[in-house]
Amino acid sequence: MTALQQAPVRVHPARRAGRYAVRLFLAAGAVVSLVPFLWMAIAATHSTSDLFRSPPPLLPGGRLLDNLARLQDTIGFGRVLLNSVGIAVVHTVLSSLISAMCGYGLAKYRFRGRGLLLGAVLATMMIPFQVLLVPLFQMMASVGWIDSYQAVVLPFLANSFGILLMRQGFVDFPDELLESARIDGSGELRTFYQVVLPCVRPQLGALVIFTFMAQWNSFIWPLLMLNSEDKYTVPVALNTLTGLSHVDYSGLMLGSLLATLPLMALFLLFQRQFVAGLLGGAVKG
Amino acid sequence: MAVHTTSDRPVAPARAPAAARRRRRRPTAWIFAGPAAVLFALFFAYPLGASFLQSFTTEDAGATHWVGLDQYRRMIEDPAFLESLFNTGVILVVQVPVMIGLAVVLAVLLNQSWLRFRGTWRAIYFLPAVTTLVAYAVVFQVLLKTDGGLVNQILGAAGIGQVDWLNNPTWARVSLIASLTWRWTGYNAVILLAGLQSIGKEQYEAASIDGATTFSTYARVILPQLRPVVLFCVITSTIGTLQLFDENYVLTRGGPDDATLTPVVYLYKVGFQQFDFGYAAAIAWVVVALIAAISALQYVAFGRERRR
Repeated sequence: MTALQQAPVRVHPARRAGRYAVRLFLAAGAVVSLVPFLWMAIAATHSTSDLFRSPPPLLPGGRLLDNLARLQDTIGFGRVLLNSVGIAVVHTVLSSLISAMCGYGLAKYRFRGRGLLLGAVLATMMIPFQVLLVPLFQMMASVGWIDSYQAVVLPFLANSFGILLMRQGFVDFPDELLESARIDGSGELRTFYQVVLPCVRPQLGALVIFTFMAQWNSFIWPLLMLNSEDKYTVPVALNTLTGLSHVDYSGLMLGSLLATLPLMALFLLFQRQFVAGLLGGAVKG
Repeated sequence: MAVHTTSDRPVAPARAPAAARRRRRRPTAWIFAGPAAVLFALFFAYPLGASFLQSFTTEDAGATHWVGLDQYRRMIEDPAFLESLFNTGVILVVQVPVMIGLAVVLAVLLNQSWLRFRGTWRAIYFLPAVTTLVAYAVVFQVLLKTDGGLVNQILGAAGIGQVDWLNNPTWARVSLIASLTWRWTGYNAVILLAGLQSIGKEQYEAASIDGATTFSTYARVILPQLRPVVLFCVITSTIGTLQLFDENYVLTRGGPDDATLTPVVYLYKVGFQQFDFGYAAAIAWVVVALIAAISALQYVAFGRERRR
């Protein structure tokens, strides 16, 4: 009965003190990490004038709904949020699919132009996308796509990071299984969707989360492409609020909170895939 | 005898390689690679070439003129561009080493087996990296507001006077560096932590059997093996710094007095506020060249140390 219970390992007092110091250090760092979030949440429930009074409010106030109504009035927040969700979802679905397919093609086929394509994938990772800003802007202008959703979504659908991540996942997939699927009469596309794709769910999960996050946060490109307020995404709309002479800080904080909550939820739910995706390039295995 | 016929069939593996190769050569590959290839050609290769050509031109009343290297020469005498390079240099020299150092310390501490709730700690430290960029710049604006911002209130309570965080050139740089560090330290720590965890337990045990203290185990045995991951963090942070846009654009619009101007914010202003496309393209290519040069340098420096 007590045989299973282990006596607690004795820790040397100096070492124990050291451990408390470490915990203290980590706790201090954690406070620094979290304070901006807490402040965002508290500030979202107060009026702007209350935010900067002394001493500052430390508990939630009762102005959340006022702030929300004002945010809706000034930037049409509901519509803006819907735009962001729509753009991010469409972009994520298309981009993940295209990247996964390309990763599969590169991993499992030898074909003419493969080297060139792989080179292009690596080059896009190394060349900052700002180089493309001006010509891409001019391209979009010349086809009359400024202020359209497709102009926001299309240019960055092929995602090199995603392609390499997926290729890594597919490389280890046994060729024998592909052979037997083919012998069973399954077409190449059907094999991909029904046999291969389900086996790389971890990588696919990481890819989906990262793509969604990147698009949700994307700022400079939507800022350039979208002109009418009813097409703005959340970051672009919030940015318009920062440049005014009388900044509605509590509204901004509420907007920021609402823009951040979906990402925080995604992260907390899918931490493992998240970290795996993060390490795509850093640590093998 | 009929029973044996099944085993007389050639075994599958002997045939598979040839078949596989045949299968792989079929143009069906393009069904998979095609969409991405078309997108890369349209939205990467073409604008890349266009931007390169554009950097040797200027636009005058709608007409494009070839000006050779003039746009590149302009940069050498452009105080705003030089200021943006200087600011980037300050961030590279101050912020990146501080952040990576802090991240290594955090990763080592979070790797201690006696520490409980390690997943929770890790999540807390990673959280800043998942904030929406604009949201985080906005929060720092509010925290750092001169009149009544939370940071100045805390400083006031400690008896320190008000700091004009975002309107004084020096303090604006400090603010930018602090907010960058807040956002990215945990991110790098999580990458480094995963690197630490991929180092086998037996190495720690071997070192401890040899009588090494925890500190010297890390300093002599573990951290040297972490070098490739540190290099990865240094290079990605360097590239991120050279491409810096969102943070300083939202926080300070590159001001005050260009103190937080970075090349990409400058190229955005030149291109999309002054519509000087040729100059913007030239700036972009200088950023590319800098990224390539500095990454190569870091790679070589780290690589050499490793061989020692």
